[in-house]
Amino acid sequence: MSHPAKASEFLQDAAKAKWHDETLWFVRDKRDTISKTIPEWEQLRELASQIKDNVLANLDHYLVEFEEKAKANGIQVHWAKDAEEHNQIVLSILQNHQCQAIVKSKSILTEECHLNPYLEKNGIEVVDTDLGERIVQFLNQPPSHIVLPAIHLKKKDISELFHEKLHTEKGNEDPAYLTHAARLHLREKFLGAKVAITGVNFGIAETGEFVVCTNEGNADMGVHLADVHIACMGIEKIIPRRKDLGVFLRLLARSATGQPITNYNSHFRSPSLGKEIHIVLVDNGRTDQLAREKFKNSLKCIRCGACMNTCPIYRRSGGYSYGSVVPGPIGSILSPGLDVKKYSSLPFASTLCGSCTDVCPVKINIHEQLYEWRQEITKAQGTNAKSISMKIANGIFAVPFAYQVTGAMMRGALKILPDSITYSGLNTWGKQRDLPETPEASFKDWYKKNRS
Amino acid sequence: MSSREDILAKIKAIPMEESPLPEIPAFDFLIDHKAAFIRAIEANKGEVITKKGLKDFIDINRFEKILSLVNGMESLSTQPLPSDAHELNDLEVAIIQGQFGVAENGAIWLTDENLGLRALPFITEHLVIVLEEKSLVSNMHEAYQRIGAQHSGFGLFISGPSKTADIEQSLVIGAHGAKSLRVVLR
Repeated sequence: MSHPAKASEFLQDAAKAKWHDETLWFVRDKRDTISKTIPEWEQLRELASQIKDNVLANLDHYLVEFEEKAKANGIQVHWAKDAEEHNQIVLSILQNHQCQAIVKSKSILTEECHLNPYLEKNGIEVVDTDLGERIVQFLNQPPSHIVLPAIHLKKKDISELFHEKLHTEKGNEDPAYLTHAARLHLREKFLGAKVAITGVNFGIAETGEFVVCTNEGNADMGVHLADVHIACMGIEKIIPRRKDLGVFLRLLARSATGQPITNYNSHFRSPSLGKEIHIVLVDNGRTDQLAREKFKNSLKCIRCGACMNTCPIYRRSGGYSYGSVVPGPIGSILSPGLDVKKYSSLPFASTLCGSCTDVCPVKINIHEQLYEWRQEITKAQGTNAKSISMKIANGIFAVPFAYQVTGAMMRGALKILPDSITYSGLNTWGKQRDLPETPEASFKDWYKKNRS
Repeated sequence: MSSREDILAKIKAIPMEESPLPEIPAFDFLIDHKAAFIRAIEANKGEVITKKGLKDFIDINRFEKILSLVNGMESLSTQPLPSDAHELNDLEVAIIQGQFGVAENGAIWLTDENLGLRALPFITEHLVIVLEEKSLVSNMHEAYQRIGAQHSGFGLFISGPSKTADIEQSLVIGAHGAKSLRVVLR
């Protein structure tokens, strides 16, 4: 189903859609406020962008350096060319440890690889431990936002869900009460898990360490109680030096939620005595994207979600309208790289206002790439109703006489045509909008009469 | 060809323009470190207290399960550090030494040598970090300069108690980790 069709579904519940729009704008506003307290904010964005450019230009070199250092630190490094291989590697580690149940903290990569259904099919219980992710997992839904996974749900929905799953009081919608119930439920899971899976925010080539950022502390609760830590990492998450973290950690949380830093920023360098750390380095289409000159910059993304919070389309259509693992503006330039046919409507889910580009902490030219994808997709797809009307308009505008005649005709016609024709399916502009009153005469006629 | 070779070969085959790695300037941060640090911790829903405040906190709440790893404050412990972190599940208060704090965001740097067990600052119900006032640095650039080539198996910036806003964006303190953070600044 296309983005517009799914967006219409989201907009059915007008009150909820309004809340969604305003809540994300509030997060965007917090980002603005805190970014203005840092005088060098723009300089930091420029530095982050340059560091990531350098990474993309030397990715093979940094990956080899990272692997070498990580191995020297006692970390086991695996490489996966695609989602399937990634999932097989994870499963084989679990099987080697006779592990039947795992805890997992937020990892968009494992969503991308559809790891949960794969492991469940192989008899493994997977518990997502980020509160928002646990909520959507109970509902068998994917996250609708990469930082705020359950932002599409209201506390009433969550209260009903927890009453059913965790036997909380019926009708108790207090977020503190519900969070506490989840804390008790997940504490048991943390204490029982032998293997914990996390994503990776940054992998540092210089030291072979990797950094995981959370506010809840769920990643750390999982890995420090388990015997085995599996970290799943896209190959583009590499940064060259430890000191580069100074730039990225200043930008990440401020851009994401408007807080100065996440509560827990854990640097994993080597396993505790008697324990294991595995890193799975995953390509899954990233090298293909790197080879696309116009779109390779999308790999600079640090997954802060700022482009979603600011996007007038995302805020009013919800994460599910995109039908992709990463929604919003950044998802609309990443997803066509994976499957251009399936995601062909996404680059059009934008006003091209450029706000995404303005807030991006690594200065990805998101709106320009959206525009570039439109060119590619239109070339591949041929004509549609809109392009036919544009061709007609082109003919009319090119010939002054034709323009005068059609202008007069339209002024007359719009007055007498029934709405069923004026607002037919061909007039997509007319959906939820009224045409303005047509003037008596054209501006040219008016000028001749009054000013000459 | 293994996936490793396959991925590296694919990257190598892509023509790339050179792009220099930038140097990171020092960025001045000339405000009062202590005041900024306290403001940041409070904004993160933590609290900055004195040594006396710590004693009051323990007395008033009549905590019985306390583990202190801070030099000179060992006597506050009511139990030894176990060998298995699972045994910390009912721990009420952990008291640990922070290496330095960051004024711009309230982050405190800890490594294996401060933690005893890596799970300690997460699994405890309340966390207390003791920090020397003179250890404060201005921002994250200075923080990583301070860390330098330090080699620890695990390092961590903590800036507040465990929190979430996943239910309708309402802030709730105490998601999975410590329900409170107190910093004894001395």
